Amino acid sequence: MILGHLAVLSIVFFFFGAVIIPLVSRLGTWVPHAVAVATSAIVFVINATNLGYVLSQGTIRYAVGGWQPPIGIELVLDPLSSFFVLLLGGIAVVVLWHSRYPAAAELPGRTAPFYSATLLMLGAFSGIVLTGDLFNLYVFLEIAALAGYALLGGGSARAAVATFRYLIFGTIGASFYLLGVGLIYMGTGTLNMADLSAIMAVTGVEPLLVIGFVFIITGVGLKMALFPLHLWLPDVYASAVSSGTALVAPLGTKVAAYILIRILYFVLNPDLSRFQLPFTQVLGILGAAGIIWGSIMAIAQKDMKRMLAYSSVAQIGYIALGIGLGNTYGFIGAVLHTLNHACMKACLFLVSGNLLAAGRSQSIDALDHSLRKSMPWTSLSFTIAALSMIGLPPTAGFFSKWYLLLGSIENSAWIYVLVIVASSLLNAVYFFRVIERLYLPRGDVAAEEAPVVVADNRPSLVAPVVFLALLLVVLGLGNVIVVRQLIQPMLPAGF
Amino acid sequence: MIELIDDYYAYWFCFLLLTIGLYGVIVKRNLVKKVIGLSIFQSAIILFFIIAAYKDDSTVPILDPRIEVTNADAYINPLPHTLMLTAIVVGVATLGVAFALLIRIYGKYATLDEDTLMERMK
Amino acid sequence: MNVPQVYASSAPLWAVLASLLAVPAILACTRAPNLREACTLIAAVAKLAIVLTLVPDALNGRAAAIELIEISPGITLALKADALGVFFALIASALWIVTSVYSIGYMRGNGEKKQTRFYASFALSLASTIGIAFSANLLTFLLFYELLTLATYPLVIHKESPAAVRAGRMYLAYALTAGLVFLAGTGWVYMATGTLDFKAGGMLAGSGLDANSLRVLFCLFMIGVGVKSGIMPLHSWLPAAMVAPTPVSALLHAVAVVKSGVFGILRVVGFIFGPELMALARLDLILAIFCGSTILLASLIALRQDNLKRRLAYSTVGHLSYIGLGAALLTTTGFMGSTLHLAAHALMKITLFFCAGAIYVHTHKTEISQLDGLGRAMPWTFGAFGIGALGLAGLPPLNGFVSKFYLCLGAMDAGQTAILAIYLISGLLNAAYFFPIVVRAFLSRDLKNEKYGEASVWVVAPLCLTAALAVAFGVFPDLIAPVFSLAEIIAAEIMQLAPS
Repeated sequence: MILGHLAVLSIVFFFFGAVIIPLVSRLGTWVPHAVAVATSAIVFVINATNLGYVLSQGTIRYAVGGWQPPIGIELVLDPLSSFFVLLLGGIAVVVLWHSRYPAAAELPGRTAPFYSATLLMLGAFSGIVLTGDLFNLYVFLEIAALAGYALLGGGSARAAVATFRYLIFGTIGASFYLLGVGLIYMGTGTLNMADLSAIMAVTGVEPLLVIGFVFIITGVGLKMALFPLHLWLPDVYASAVSSGTALVAPLGTKVAAYILIRILYFVLNPDLSRFQLPFTQVLGILGAAGIIWGSIMAIAQKDMKRMLAYSSVAQIGYIALGIGLGNTYGFIGAVLHTLNHACMKACLFLVSGNLLAAGRSQSIDALDHSLRKSMPWTSLSFTIAALSMIGLPPTAGFFSKWYLLLGSIENSAWIYVLVIVASSLLNAVYFFRVIERLYLPRGDVAAEEAPVVVADNRPSLVAPVVFLALLLVVLGLGNVIVVRQLIQPMLPAGF
Repeated sequence: MIELIDDYYAYWFCFLLLTIGLYGVIVKRNLVKKVIGLSIFQSAIILFFIIAAYKDDSTVPILDPRIEVTNADAYINPLPHTLMLTAIVVGVATLGVAFALLIRIYGKYATLDEDTLMERMK
Repeated sequence: MNVPQVYASSAPLWAVLASLLAVPAILACTRAPNLREACTLIAAVAKLAIVLTLVPDALNGRAAAIELIEISPGITLALKADALGVFFALIASALWIVTSVYSIGYMRGNGEKKQTRFYASFALSLASTIGIAFSANLLTFLLFYELLTLATYPLVIHKESPAAVRAGRMYLAYALTAGLVFLAGTGWVYMATGTLDFKAGGMLAGSGLDANSLRVLFCLFMIGVGVKSGIMPLHSWLPAAMVAPTPVSALLHAVAVVKSGVFGILRVVGFIFGPELMALARLDLILAIFCGSTILLASLIALRQDNLKRRLAYSTVGHLSYIGLGAALLTTTGFMGSTLHLAAHALMKITLFFCAGAIYVHTHKTEISQLDGLGRAMPWTFGAFGIGALGLAGLPPLNGFVSKFYLCLGAMDAGQTAILAIYLISGLLNAAYFFPIVVRAFLSRDLKNEKYGEASVWVVAPLCLTAALAVAFGVFPDLIAPVFSLAEIIAAEIMQLAPS
């Protein structure tokens, strides 16, 4: 009985958790964190089950409330959405597990609303990924956005300012999306994605629909921090609570990337979006520009979180480039990079959370090489994640860049090859700067250090970071398993 | 040309509101005015949907015993209206969050002007 | 078709693992220095033993191969012990044993800090080197190549002084750029041919790439391996890296790292492009121009260096391009000369670096002008230095003469008198910048230097051993290890001659 509803349970559990937390928070200060982690873990298991089922049996379509599509809202679990929603659940578990001390330290007394907003946002993300209805996507998009504003803006006043700007940008973006949906509804009379696809196959794509899709893509691009619509991202990531950033950074923009993939390759006919309309070309160009811009700006940063934020802009550029290449290798590279980058960024932001918890400032200049003794596991995990971001084998980052390279060469897009190579070098510059600070003394002969206090002693702070770092190596060497089993089933038609 | 304006005057109005809203968000220095601009922008889009739902010589979509149920042309399209109910709620919630953030900003920096805020944040 | 007959065996994997598994052991023994050093020595001996078991098969035209995991759809992480691979692995593993003994003497004699990191990085570097030697396809090669860069970085910055950190940054900048350019080339090859496996005689034949594409592709690969091979203008990291301790300079920058670079050149020329394609698209000309000018320029710059290690570094730059130039000749004798010189230069250069290190650890002198009369005080050390210098200048009865002879033969076979002239002139220049050192050490007098004796036996024994080996291989090229026969087989494979 309940198994028939597994599709919707991932969303329901998150929302349920979000509502429960304020009620049971009276039982103890540890309760909100425990409920959050437990909920994410349950959802992860559900998502894994769904993924297994989808890969073996085929797409699940679930009609919410029993009302049949195309009038009713349906949830679609195909290989693409199951993969993304599993990624959501997995990262959520690891980051929420880690967030116990940082959240309590940075938001004293307000952990219950923090976790509640987190679960709300995660539930909405799951909804975005799973829904098969365009307007329903808007609703979930806005729920996620609002919960995200609460999550990111609830810390310092600087965070409030940054979040306010994010709110303005994000609402405009979502409104563009809504406008696009309106135009499409006016043109075809349906809001259901599968139905829309079928109708457009028969009637062709008229200018009204093209404008509608342009609005949708612009709106989603804003949410994804696609260059040049990325201006809100650095301030927000830099000033928010560490656990908040650690959750939003790996996931928020990936969900927007998912929407783009869904629209460009599954709702629109792939041949249309690649060859007849300039969508993918523009996406590729903006992606490449974002890669270079993000990498250059990251070098100039003195604050660790801002550096990581600009680095995120660059990484989103990679994903956009992959989507924009429009061939099999590009697609594989893009999806693999969402997985890899989610793990890498989560690891890096958790490391910065560890540094904050150990009393260090976020400025890169303040890091000194006593960290290699006082926080050895954190430093090692940072190094592995940094090597992956640069793209050195055998970590995961190398392999997603490899596929993106192959895709660029297949299209004879030599500029993109140059962009990927140059950006890896730029990444090396700013990451090795931090690694040097962590491991090498500055100035002349190092004076003997005072006995260092080991700050890497809380398992809930260290274990998630190390786990993610090891996962990067495993994902790297085992990337073929991911590609064959998970990504190849989700390739769009004509690839 | 005249037909273009005459037939679609409602959409032109909508477009005007959109532009006013965007202007408010981008140009105005006061944060509350930005929010107001945002609100106008959202309202413009809501109006757009509503306008799209209108049909000539039709009535509100409440069942009228004098008209047959199967005569869909006699009723305006209710779907955009229902969608917009949701959108209005979303807009209200956004306004709420925006003002909550503004209260926090004002509490710390005692200004709602963007330039002064940038100064005080340094 | 002259390709080795492949059979499945896990020996190549064990050769790599021998030192990889030593890394955690070394890290664990950080408080027991003797145990830690024992780990290194055991691993080195084990590695050499495993490589030696692969030698008979390589001589008979058989290659042990093993496929590990798939790392990209259709491409596996694969190891194959063909003749060239076995040759390089033999040199690297044999010299690791000698260097390990030397390092023990040097590091303890100098009281260096961070020795655990040193030995662990060394072991990891050697694992990467053997991995490079046995790589069966371009992606595996690239993986181990980048790993080598990462593993040798801690060695370059060992002293942690500002100069060392700067040198490390330069090294990384050059090496990572090279790796990425190589990656671009690899991707291109894959998309053009659908495979990345090395094939004796070249795998790009029939790929449909036009001459201009081939030239660009060749340049990409040359930048990729050229940094580690010290081809000018990509060589600047090498003199800067001399700031590292001498054992590091000795093995890594005279043997493992730079030899991986020229090994890469041989793989690219012989196993990716192949002699026919090289000649067709005039790629040999590109290679010859860069290598030839490097030889002459490096020798001239070496003349002006007073710091002993820097002079050795520029000498290395020159000699590496001997190998590249030999490959550009595209003749059997040329390839034989290149391969033999890979081994000969390794042996001789390591002797010279060992001597430089012995001098430093015992007298703390680094400049050539300070070494007057030291030869009489340290006769074994400077004797070995003299032997190495003779060999590098190409004089019999050293192995340097054998390799140079074949390189010159190759130049004559190809009808390239200009290249022949370059080799001969460079030999003279080598003599010009090495012989004065030895002459002044033995014949001049400097009262300050008379009080010294030889350095510790741990340091002096290895360098005497390598010098003696240089003579032995010069007189009997196939004596202790079938170096000459392997070189013959390698050249035959590359030129696709019938196996003899």
